[in-house]
Amino acid sequence: MKRERLFLSILLVLSIFILSKVPAGTEEAVRIRCASTTSTQNSGLFEHILPIFQKKTGIKVDVVAVGTGAAIEIGKRGDADVVLVHAKELELKALQEGYFVNRYDLMYNDFVIIGPVDDSLKIKGMKSAAEAFKRIAENNYPFVSRGDKSGTHTKELLIWKKAGINPKGQRWYLEVGQGMEKTQRIASEKQSYTLTDRGTWLATKDKDRLEMKIVLEGDPILFNQYGVMAVNPQRHKHVKYREAMEFIKWLISKEGQEAIASFKDRYGNQLFIPNARP
Amino acid sequence: MQGLDAMGSIIDGFKKAFILILNLDKELLDIIFLSLRVSGSALLVSSAIGIPLAAILGLKRFHGKGLIISLLNTFMGLPPVVVGLFVYIFLSRSGPLGSLGLLYTPSAMVIAQTILALPIVVSLCSTAIVSVDPIIKQASMTLGATPFQTYLTIIKEARYGILSGIVAAFGRVMAEVGAILIVGGNIAGYTRVMTTTIALETDKGNFELAIALGIILLMLSLVINAILHSIQGPPKKSWDLSG
Repeated sequence: MKRERLFLSILLVLSIFILSKVPAGTEEAVRIRCASTTSTQNSGLFEHILPIFQKKTGIKVDVVAVGTGAAIEIGKRGDADVVLVHAKELELKALQEGYFVNRYDLMYNDFVIIGPVDDSLKIKGMKSAAEAFKRIAENNYPFVSRGDKSGTHTKELLIWKKAGINPKGQRWYLEVGQGMEKTQRIASEKQSYTLTDRGTWLATKDKDRLEMKIVLEGDPILFNQYGVMAVNPQRHKHVKYREAMEFIKWLISKEGQEAIASFKDRYGNQLFIPNARP
Repeated sequence: MQGLDAMGSIIDGFKKAFILILNLDKELLDIIFLSLRVSGSALLVSSAIGIPLAAILGLKRFHGKGLIISLLNTFMGLPPVVVGLFVYIFLSRSGPLGSLGLLYTPSAMVIAQTILALPIVVSLCSTAIVSVDPIIKQASMTLGATPFQTYLTIIKEARYGILSGIVAAFGRVMAEVGAILIVGGNIAGYTRVMTTTIALETDKGNFELAIALGIILLMLSLVINAILHSIQGPPKKSWDLSG
């Protein structure tokens, strides 16, 4: 039967294809896993610095990009070797609980409040993020929240706390549970206010054709510190601690810090300012 | 205005798809091959387990068979994210199978997709096997076949229906994104497949690229289904059997 033979040969080819090894080289490289955040990944930072590190050390870093809360959780469970996130209080807490070791400040940028281009609530000109949030709440004006325990979400909740407002469950408060870029797009579609990090904002505002602008910046509470730390090898025996430390040491070295500083988005903006103290 | 914009995006997507295909972009090819590998492996595993199970289910009489069939039919609609979540919990370093170190690897994705494909393979294949004319079973036994040989004969007779089951399972796993995103982690160049790339590029606002990838995914499915249907021969045969 001609048909049968055709079927068998296709099955054979398929099996060979599936069972064949991945080309050498990708398999042989030492891989470590870094749990990090969507804001760092979407900015393009990793594509800029990881090839430099890999070229120097031969270590390939696989990035799993989630929110800060989830990234720390992945590290706690031992499913990553190193985490690079931005919620210092949460990081220090997890460090104290013994899940991580060797935390370093790595770099910073800042958060900004963005809103509709016409800035209906006239927030521009205000100095305090908490006061701005208060005005949004008093007017029941739509506000889009990440709502995903990310670093940005953690910061946002801190500002609400400072403003003395509990927005949860309010009709104007939209928790979308999405990454930063998508949250910005939703805020733009709904012409509402939101908190974002300057890196994501600069990298995406034109590409995504956001009908938004920065309405408040520069309040000290909006400082956005990124940190890096290794999963505690005493808690999870299997982690590649040596390679993870090699990565961390490189990130905070002069060379790593210069690599971060030299990363620019397509419009030439520097998105992260290195500030490690080795 | 907005309608025009959407149409523009889709047309740009088509253009981009063709450019991507014509250039045989290395990164894109890797992503396509990984998709085929993961889903193909899941299909092979679930067929290897599923077809014998389907034969037992279709041919043997035993207590609780009705319940098993109802359960299988329910599991055909398993939400991928739920499967992803369970596989994640089992494979995590802090989970029962953590020592295998499989989370965030292509193997984890194969496991998740196998679980999604298995109920479809078993359910549809057992239907195909049940529909085989009982005379064949009697004839083969009369001619002195062992039970195993009888099973083989019946499976061979039901091959077109079985193939349909596998095609349906293939459609399910190729289109799936929820489970592999959770257990694969969407790591660039390692566990990033077509559907997760589409999700990521949509997130990043690269609609044209996302649409282009979607078009390529559709075309791939079309080609594979066409090949399988050409093997299957005229549709008349399988309909006759199930009638």
